[in-house]
Amino acid sequence: MNQQVDQDHAVQVDHHHDDHHDDHHEHHEQNFIEKYVFSQDHKTIAKQFLITGIFWGVVGGLMSVLFRMQLGFPGESFPILETVLGKWAPGGVISPDFYLALVTMHGTILVFFVLTAGLSGTFANLLIPLQVGARDMASPFLNMLSYWFFFLAGLIMLASLFVETGPANGGWTAYPPLNALPQATIGSGLGMTLWLTSMAVFIISTLLGGLNYVATILNMRTKGLTMTRLPLTIWAIFLTAIIGILSFPVLLSAALLLIFDRSLGTSFYLSEIYIAGEALVNQTGGSAILFQHLFWFLGHPEVYIIILPAMGLVSEVMSVHARKPIFGYMAMVGSILAIAVLSFVVWAHHMFVTGMNPFIGSIFVVVTLIIAVPSAIKVFNWITTLWRGNLRLNAPMLFSIGFVSLFISGGLTGIFLGNSTIDIQLHDTYFVVAHFHIVMGISAFFGMFAGVYHWFPKMFGRFMNNTLGNIHFFTTIIGAYLIFWPMHYIGMAGVPRRYYSYEAFEAFNKFGDISLFVTTVAGIVFIVQMIFIINFFYSIFYGKKVTEKNPWQANTLEWTTPINPGHGNWPGEIPEVHRWPYDYSKPGAAEDFIPQTVPLKAGEKDLGH
Amino acid sequence: MSAITLEQHKPQAHLPALKFALWVAIASMIMMFAALTSAYIVKKAGGNWADFRLPDIFALNTLIVLLSSGTMHLAYLSFKRNHFRTFRISLGVTLGLGLAFIIGQYQGWQSLANIGVHLDGNPSGSFLYVISGVHGLHIAGGLIALLITFVLSLIKSYKPIDELMLETNPDKNTKIQMLATYWHFVDILWVYLFLFFYFNHL
Ligand code: HEM
Ligand SMILES: [Cu+2]
Repeated sequence: MNQQVDQDHAVQVDHHHDDHHDDHHEHHEQNFIEKYVFSQDHKTIAKQFLITGIFWGVVGGLMSVLFRMQLGFPGESFPILETVLGKWAPGGVISPDFYLALVTMHGTILVFFVLTAGLSGTFANLLIPLQVGARDMASPFLNMLSYWFFFLAGLIMLASLFVETGPANGGWTAYPPLNALPQATIGSGLGMTLWLTSMAVFIISTLLGGLNYVATILNMRTKGLTMTRLPLTIWAIFLTAIIGILSFPVLLSAALLLIFDRSLGTSFYLSEIYIAGEALVNQTGGSAILFQHLFWFLGHPEVYIIILPAMGLVSEVMSVHARKPIFGYMAMVGSILAIAVLSFVVWAHHMFVTGMNPFIGSIFVVVTLIIAVPSAIKVFNWITTLWRGNLRLNAPMLFSIGFVSLFISGGLTGIFLGNSTIDIQLHDTYFVVAHFHIVMGISAFFGMFAGVYHWFPKMFGRFMNNTLGNIHFFTTIIGAYLIFWPMHYIGMAGVPRRYYSYEAFEAFNKFGDISLFVTTVAGIVFIVQMIFIINFFYSIFYGKKVTEKNPWQANTLEWTTPINPGHGNWPGEIPEVHRWPYDYSKPGAAEDFIPQTVPLKAGEKDLGH
Repeated sequence: MSAITLEQHKPQAHLPALKFALWVAIASMIMMFAALTSAYIVKKAGGNWADFRLPDIFALNTLIVLLSSGTMHLAYLSFKRNHFRTFRISLGVTLGLGLAFIIGQYQGWQSLANIGVHLDGNPSGSFLYVISGVHGLHIAGGLIALLITFVLSLIKSYKPIDELMLETNPDKNTKIQMLATYWHFVDILWVYLFLFFYFNHL
């Protein structure tokens, strides 16, 4: 079937490979498989990432509901659990091993599959070619491979849920020796092997994607689109990709050495270890701390890989719906750059209690606290962008504002944790859980939601329902604070994270009520997310149709394409760019927005730089 | 601007961008080896580190790999100047030297085993195996690309008209250039690794 509603057929190809005019399109019969499955169109790949990400979001979220049930109702029997989980919930109570597996899988899935692949994969693919004015990515084929490697990583991870000994259960950080020795915990057997395999495949996917993003942004911008005229979304995605390219290989090295320790008898991470009273004689001489260094060298940049795209999306959405230029464009770019650089030199703040030399620790305290400066600059600029704006309080805007709120709340607790002296008390408690869920988990989700509500019309040619979006926003932000705020208190009281049950601890079991409260809210918030999912899928087919090219009156290039752009994005020539993307409410202009494609008037100054 | 009309059947890769992407990929490979060698340093400083003599064959392999970089460059230059005979020969020699390197590395591993340094022994030896092994995989990847190019160059030799095409086709030129870049990178990478090991075994 020839579904090509595409544009012109015979296309001009410029043979000088001029970066701006290589207008090659395809013109051939695409069958269903090529169009929707093994598609090389960046827009389709973006949707694939998004929908796969939503799938993993539901799975990972459901896992947290399950382990929260154990925490809220320790030891209580829910017969349905036994029906669903079988031997992992004997008598309707989740077993300790499976509890740990749920926590581990929840972390892994949310951090890597949802907030890395789901978020970057979706918006990098959708927005890079559309906002830089390119027909597609540098290599559409590698781009497609990137998605399918991600898919494969997911399949392997999914399979690990069903093996006899269960999935990995030693934490998303996979520290050895717990995760190196099959004798250490049941999940450290086949489950961990699958976990490592899946992560290796995932890293390949991220690298393939990242290469393409960087190459496309640097080489394929349309005429007139200088780096200082790029939308902040692209800046954020660009640096995210660079951080990923430089840090994921380090995780690959860490995982590789762990694989050798597990399967080939080396002892990179294993030192004098006693298991069940017996010394492990063959594998000695290694160092478990070495793994932590390698892991966190990725791990810390990883948190910025998650948050930077969300920051970019929020900056763009906020400017459009506040009808104001983003405040301090160059400061925004500069702070993204500063964050990207600093993110590589702070990893040891996750290791203050590993017995590191306190003098080295104090250096890491200083660099860690310096990150607060660019972070604060960004927050300041978002707030000043909102200040006296002509706000449209629709769902994308609300989620953007919510993002800023959450980022402030979570960033402040980072400053506590960044001080090694305080961290000695707070490390591995619920305070850390509260910190990173607010600043990274929920914030990044909010950025993603803002992006989905905002760009849904571009993706599917329809709108999502705004009333449902508003309900989704208010319940989620209230719920998120109700879940994570109390965790700060129990964390300060010293309650450790990752414990199966606190009943045996005199000092901690008095927090049972709080725990029950948190579990209840978590259940409700999870259910509320179904509103989003229903809204999303319903709107794909039955949402209000978009009737004009530029429904939000935005300036960036993606809104100059047809409502349902074909492969190649623009039917004719790629438009040329004449100004920065944030000319909203420019004094003297007829309308409150001036698209990037409108030439500068005589004497008009471009505000981009 | 001279433009010709043609229809393309697949979305095309953008070659200048791909060439750039190769450099980005190289940065990422550098990070991987930086991680491995810094892990080596950290572990060594942590003590419990067995010392042994680095087998001499690794030095020989370093020479081989340097030589193959030279022949690769020759191949690239002759391609550019349309000396297809020299191109094919030097490509073949590069391929041979690459294979010799892999065999040599394997000999190196055997000499290690002969002096009692095994993969599952002290980390000082394990690191050597793992790092040289991962590097070997990168060489192997380059060898596959070399082999494909070499075979193609042989097939093309029967069709002089294709040679003309090769010559005028900037895309092909880019591909050869990318192959050469990658090959030089993995070669220099080994030189770095060899020096790293050498100074750590003094
Ligand atoms: C003002 C900036 C920030 C500072 C000073 C800071 C500091 C810290 C410190 C010191 C820890 C270690 C706590 C411990 O384990 O004892 C930590 C944990 C964490 N932070 Fe932050 N942080 C900041 C911002 C962020 C941001 C923006 C994100 C993510 C977007 C983030 C994500 C995380 C995560 C995921 C963890 C926990 C990892 C784990 O142990 O599982 N932080 N933070
Ligand atoms: Cu960190």
